[in-house]
Amino acid sequence: MFENVDLSLVNWSRAQFALTAIYHWLFVPLTLGLSFILAIMETVYVRTGDEEWKRMTKFWMTLFGINFAIGVATGLILEFEFGTNWSNYSWFVGDIFGAPLAIEGILAFFLESTFVAVMFFGWNKVSKKAHLVSTWLVAVGASLSALWILVANGWMQNPVGMVFNPETARNEMVNFWEVLFNEVSVTKFLHSISSGFLLGSMFVVSISAYYLLKNREILLAKRSILVAGIFGFLSSLLVVYTGDISARALASAQPVKFAAFEALYEGKEKAGLVAVGLLKESDRKIGEKAVNDFVFRIEIPGFLSVMTGGSTDTFVPGIIDLINGNPERGLLSVSEKMERGRKARDLLIEFKEARKSNDTEKAEGIAALFRDKKFNDEYFRYFGYASLNKPEDAIPGVKVAFYTFHVMVMLGMLFILEFFLAIVLLFRGTLRKNRWFLWLVLFSILLPYVAGELGWMLAEMGRQPWIIQDLMPVTTAVTNVNVGSVITTFILFAVLFTVLLIAEVSIMIRQIKIGPKH
Amino acid sequence: MTLMISYNFLQAYWWIIISLLASLLVFLMFVQGGQSMIFSLPGNELQKTMLVNALGRKWEFTFTTLVTFGGAFFASFPLFYSTSFGGAYWVWIAILFSFIIQAIAYEYRSKPSNVLGRKTFDIFLFINGSLGPFLIGTAVATFFTGSQFSLNELNQVRWGTPWHGLEALLSARNLALGLAVLFLARTNGLLYIINTVDDTGLFERSHGKLAVNAISFLVFFLFFVIVLLLSEGFACDRSTGAVTLEKFKYLHNLIRMPVVLVIFLTGVVSVLYGIGIALFRASRSAIWFTGSGTILAVMALFLIAGFNGTAFYPSTSDPESSLTIARASSSFFTLKTMMYVSFIVPFVVIYIWYAWRAMNRKKITGDEMQEGGHMY
Ligand code: HDD
Ligand code: HEM
Ligand code: HEM
Repeated sequence: MFENVDLSLVNWSRAQFALTAIYHWLFVPLTLGLSFILAIMETVYVRTGDEEWKRMTKFWMTLFGINFAIGVATGLILEFEFGTNWSNYSWFVGDIFGAPLAIEGILAFFLESTFVAVMFFGWNKVSKKAHLVSTWLVAVGASLSALWILVANGWMQNPVGMVFNPETARNEMVNFWEVLFNEVSVTKFLHSISSGFLLGSMFVVSISAYYLLKNREILLAKRSILVAGIFGFLSSLLVVYTGDISARALASAQPVKFAAFEALYEGKEKAGLVAVGLLKESDRKIGEKAVNDFVFRIEIPGFLSVMTGGSTDTFVPGIIDLINGNPERGLLSVSEKMERGRKARDLLIEFKEARKSNDTEKAEGIAALFRDKKFNDEYFRYFGYASLNKPEDAIPGVKVAFYTFHVMVMLGMLFILEFFLAIVLLFRGTLRKNRWFLWLVLFSILLPYVAGELGWMLAEMGRQPWIIQDLMPVTTAVTNVNVGSVITTFILFAVLFTVLLIAEVSIMIRQIKIGPKH
Repeated sequence: MTLMISYNFLQAYWWIIISLLASLLVFLMFVQGGQSMIFSLPGNELQKTMLVNALGRKWEFTFTTLVTFGGAFFASFPLFYSTSFGGAYWVWIAILFSFIIQAIAYEYRSKPSNVLGRKTFDIFLFINGSLGPFLIGTAVATFFTGSQFSLNELNQVRWGTPWHGLEALLSARNLALGLAVLFLARTNGLLYIINTVDDTGLFERSHGKLAVNAISFLVFFLFFVIVLLLSEGFACDRSTGAVTLEKFKYLHNLIRMPVVLVIFLTGVVSVLYGIGIALFRASRSAIWFTGSGTILAVMALFLIAGFNGTAFYPSTSDPESSLTIARASSSFFTLKTMMYVSFIVPFVVIYIWYAWRAMNRKKITGDEMQEGGHMY
């Protein structure tokens, strides 16, 4: 019943998902952020009647359209990839996971796509007010779609609100609100959309800086910096705040990921937060995996304990505690969890056999156990551990988690500074004199993209080996197709998306050079 | 508030919603139908621009319906989602591919510096227009003709052929439905152009192409339906769950469910009427008849595929593995939650209707194409 899977199939499937998701995320945040900026600009136009604001709105809207189309193209594939590449996963959790995807379509995508058409083509067809409402609805629709997909994603990081049904061999939803208000989903949603707002703002500020450097479109550029600078400044504060609460949510939901992005091996009280550091592999090992030591680090003393539990006395478990167990702190070892996971799995096998031999009584008894809270808390929640081979398999890539997290955080700080300076210089009227600053923000246009992609790598790779935390490792989730097929589709997608990306960037740059219509 | 809603009711309710989404999708594929004639229908560049823009303002609806269809199928019948998408891998990937290239083609085709050149993007539209409806039709035909797969105790799929779905193209019945859907989409596409574009040249060219497309559609469609009604189907015993082959299964379904029969016949008649008035009276509003007829007929096909104890996704190699509505569905709780969500759909329909009306109030003309607003 539980066969070994071909690891290369798993890895190619992962690579394909990662590829398509990374491409999708190149376009999503700009849609999220720019749509609100458009709505703000158009609101000013409607309130003041100043045609210049309309011209601005239309200019940024052209860029929005170019990005939006490719965002849609890359999103389609992701939705169906759950079925094509992770079909075992799709069955195991489809009862919970499918719902947000469906709601996303009904509630969000229709809103977005209907009003996008009005926004682009409706200038002379609907009233000014109706047009403005449409633009706002596009923005709301984009963020709503983010909500539902992140509810789905948050559930994978922190599965709640379901019980396992041995009859069907799947998890079934029992509490919708728990799924919706999952702590991890909420923080993820807030952090992702605010990072999108930030990215959209930086995009507008950078391109405006380009016009100022070229001495073109001065009024448009300044007004755009006014809107996007303020919006970006607020968003960047929100990004840091929501990033912080995301980290706290992780401390309880995914302690291994949390310990990994701080490269904390030995748990302690008064744990410090590493601000900057460099890692290297040491001779010490956990099982077969090498421990990473710091070559150097700058630490804020005690701060990690404060972040996790509110005081310096909070104990923060390290990777070793989480893998080998720490009875003093009430932490189970992974080998214990593997034991318990196997118990749950053996019960499932017994159940299937009882059903086959028509031993109804026994089957019902086991089914009742799977509904029992105590059994769930003590055994079933470790179901996925049954498929691990060695305890150290539960450790994600520490270096990846550490660097992605720290670079993201540093960039977050830089963005606050840049937006702040942009506003100050704008109000002082010295923006055009400080050409160094204009160059700086122009070159910063790509940095929020980097930060966002790093964030996803942290979130997803830091979750390894799990596809659903503690319940299902990626190795058992994969569709049983031949590797050759997946390799072929991987190459097809890689080539197609890359070509489309090149076309997109080239069109975008051209439109920016052409500038707004007069 | 505990309404007495049974599990059976919810499963049926969701099958009807899925059928409705599928039928809307087939109707909305008039966009694809139109795209498949991008090189043959317009007589000059201006006509082509009008054609592309008339279709382009609606492509998002078709696309989003496809996405929602996928999402709703996943939520309500996850076993179908995991079995079919995971098993018939290549067919679905091919369908997805053809839609990816559509999504950027409209926006990019007429923009300067688009790297690939306008011609390439037009070819993308053509590929999506021809392949999309054809492959979707072929995939749906396997609801009746079956596929080779088996499911283990954990409901994990194993596909019986290394072709992962492409083998569906070897069956004449599957091909017939694929071609029927394609020619239906083209017919609806022509009627949509006739309805929305105010241009004599394009009108005449569309009208001229109507007969051959409508007749092709009818030939393939009748072939499919007649074979379907005469053939064996996959019956599922409701108490034991055993799946067996039954002679004239789908004919029986129609007879046993007279409402569905009425829906089906109304749909077919409505399509024929629409084609008739367009051909012989040069009517400009035929799309509304063929459109609603398409929705009814497709819906009826889905209903006989799943209701009356029928396996809607049959396995020919391991009948026990065949999927029925009861077996493939989500849990009671999920279906109920999703039912509440579905109550929002009427509002969605209302605003779509509003937007559609607002945008189509004025017909598309050559002059508008030269004004220079947002253009494809
Ligand atoms: C935080 C936001 C976010 C995230 C994490 C994702 N998406 Fe996305 N998606 C959007 C935010 C978004 C959006 C902003 O709503 C898009 C992007 C550009 C666009 O046009 O709409 C979109 C488009 C989009 C579309 C096309 C919708 C249409 O027809 O208009 C689909 C099918 C998906 N996405 C599906 C997915 C799936 C299955 C994801 C997970 C693996 C995913 N997206 C991650
Ligand atoms: C658009 C933003 C996203 C990005 C950039 C992203 C990034 C990634 C990356 C880099 C991987 C590969 C991890 C690895 O193999 O080491 C991955 C895997 C995966 N992600 Fe995401 N992800 C995104 C959104 C989502 C969402 C919203 C979901 C679920 C709703 C999701 C579900 C998955 C699944 C199922 C896998 C495959 C299994 C795995 O390798 O863990 N992802 N993603
Ligand atoms: C001080 C600054 C920041 C902190 C403390 C922070 C913290 C975090 C944490 C802990 C995660 C992982 C969440 C998880 O695995 O569930 C995360 C993910 C992410 N971060 Fe940040 N982050 C910061 C700045 C930024 C910036 C500047 C951006 C982009 C502009 C960004 C974009 C993202 C994205 C897109 C994700 C993936 C989605 C998610 O898991 O929420 N972050 N961040």
